[in-house]
Amino acid sequence: MTSTATTASSTEPTGDRPAVAVRHLLAQVGRYTFLCVVLGFFALPLLWLATAPFDDTPTVTASLPAFTLDNFRALLDNPYALSSLLNSVYLAAGTAVLVVAFAALAAYALSRVRVPGRDALLYGLLLLSSIVTGTATMVPLFELAFRLNLIDSRLGVILILSGGLLPAAIFILKDFMDSTPTSYEESARVFGASPLQIMRHIVVPLVRPGLATVGVWAVANVWGNFLVPFLLLRGPDKAPAAVIMYTLYTEGGQADLRLLSTFSLLYSLPVALMFVFVSSRYGFRFHGGIKR
Amino acid sequence: MVEGARPVPGASPAPDAAGLGRARATGFLVPAMVLILVFLVVPAAWTIYLGVTNYRLTGLAAAHPEVVGLDNYTRALGDERFRTSLLLTLQFVLGSAVIGQAGLGFAIAFALRDRRGPLRRLVEGFVLLSWILPSSVVAFLWIALLDRDAGTLNALLGIPGTAWLLDHPMLSIIVFNTWRGTAFSMMLYAAALENVPRSHLETARLAGASTWQQLRDVVFPHIRGHVLTNLLLISLWTFNDFAPFLITAGGPEQRSEILPVYVYKVALSGGELGFGAAISFVMLLINLVIALVYLRMLGRRKEAA
Repeated sequence: MTSTATTASSTEPTGDRPAVAVRHLLAQVGRYTFLCVVLGFFALPLLWLATAPFDDTPTVTASLPAFTLDNFRALLDNPYALSSLLNSVYLAAGTAVLVVAFAALAAYALSRVRVPGRDALLYGLLLLSSIVTGTATMVPLFELAFRLNLIDSRLGVILILSGGLLPAAIFILKDFMDSTPTSYEESARVFGASPLQIMRHIVVPLVRPGLATVGVWAVANVWGNFLVPFLLLRGPDKAPAAVIMYTLYTEGGQADLRLLSTFSLLYSLPVALMFVFVSSRYGFRFHGGIKR
Repeated sequence: MVEGARPVPGASPAPDAAGLGRARATGFLVPAMVLILVFLVVPAAWTIYLGVTNYRLTGLAAAHPEVVGLDNYTRALGDERFRTSLLLTLQFVLGSAVIGQAGLGFAIAFALRDRRGPLRRLVEGFVLLSWILPSSVVAFLWIALLDRDAGTLNALLGIPGTAWLLDHPMLSIIVFNTWRGTAFSMMLYAAALENVPRSHLETARLAGASTWQQLRDVVFPHIRGHVLTNLLLISLWTFNDFAPFLITAGGPEQRSEILPVYVYKVALSGGELGFGAAISFVMLLINLVIALVYLRMLGRRKEAA
């Protein structure tokens, strides 16, 4: 410890152990402080969602609840709360089925048959779907739905959302299809199976993880989507949870916090569970794919 | 493309194994292509047409819209509200995406880079949760958090009565969107940091390089491509984000009226579909520029690989 006098010369790599140690310690302290602040920042807004639904007298302040489950009764009293969740299920399921089926067919054709200009087509579609967002095209989408008689129609919402999700879905599934061997298909063909049979009995089981990925991704997208149903659906009877949630806190008078808090929780639960399921099963992480 | 000449790793198995044939392959493509054509291509093209008309939701111009040429565009350029909105959007993208999400996302990924175990899972869990919850729910969570009289934030800071959403609407939605979207950047940079050779960092540290020097000279050169990818994608998404509407609805007095909210108010609440379409077209062009830069970059990296 007598050598502390030499610490000033920090360019010397060997002569300043204590300084390095101190700096290392400071860096560690700084790092943990930073991580705690980050944790606080991200957890703070979520506190209310965890406490208010179970609080005897919920306010907008997050606080330790006087525990009760009575608030959930508010869900039953509101005519639109539970039915809006069903509407969300309907929209999400409809879109997911359509996207998975159509994207699988298209991806298979693009993977196995050399269509001229295939790569250009794929990139063109991907480009298109990333620039033609619901936000940038809300005017023509509204107008189009009006002309096609799809205003106030849940089918309209499903079709519009599917159109937007399909290009990326095809792109993802084509990657899966490309990496499956074609030898099974060849032997099935030798035994006289039709292309649709081959698709159903051989290709679909092989790319099931890909189909599941796309399905989950489509459901997550539709479940949270606010803009498209907000633009197209008129009455509260057809509105999904995203829109009902918005009307609950914007429309008229004092917001019913019992209803709002329990409804928020119930509406958030499916995506949270889906996330837990996906991350425990596959690990929620980016591997090679994204970094291209 | 020249791909046909030689097998490229990752390219399709060429031969038609299932005996699909051109005709059936086309049949397989049709359902998806029809939906894409009707609900993506047509709206994009229609935006261009609507943008040069005086089309309105109601009234005389609703029944007989007239082509007015570039009037909508010249009107937009002269419109104070449009220019303010454009400027606010720029603030929103720079503040919440480029600085907020990318900066915070990188910082978190860097701080967690050699950690495993509960702390990492906890931090990542909360960051991801704020990303996956439905936007109308998180919008209300932030309204509750920032509430003037009983909000948790004011209670914590001991300053009841501070009306964040009224006095600082832009700051509020910028911080909100940073909170909302950091997860993507964090995960992308976490994956990118695994590409940085540990030995290089170790060497730099032993040579006495400060954290900042390590970042600049060792880490950054390895993740430059990821940074660019990240910035372009989150800028595109943030530019098209409608969630601030759910919190401030553009107010008060249009002080947080970013372009998506502006278009909604002018075209769908106000009924000026033609003028709104012109603004939408400007948005599409901006999207196109960002996406083209991104695709060009992908192409270049593929060639280099």
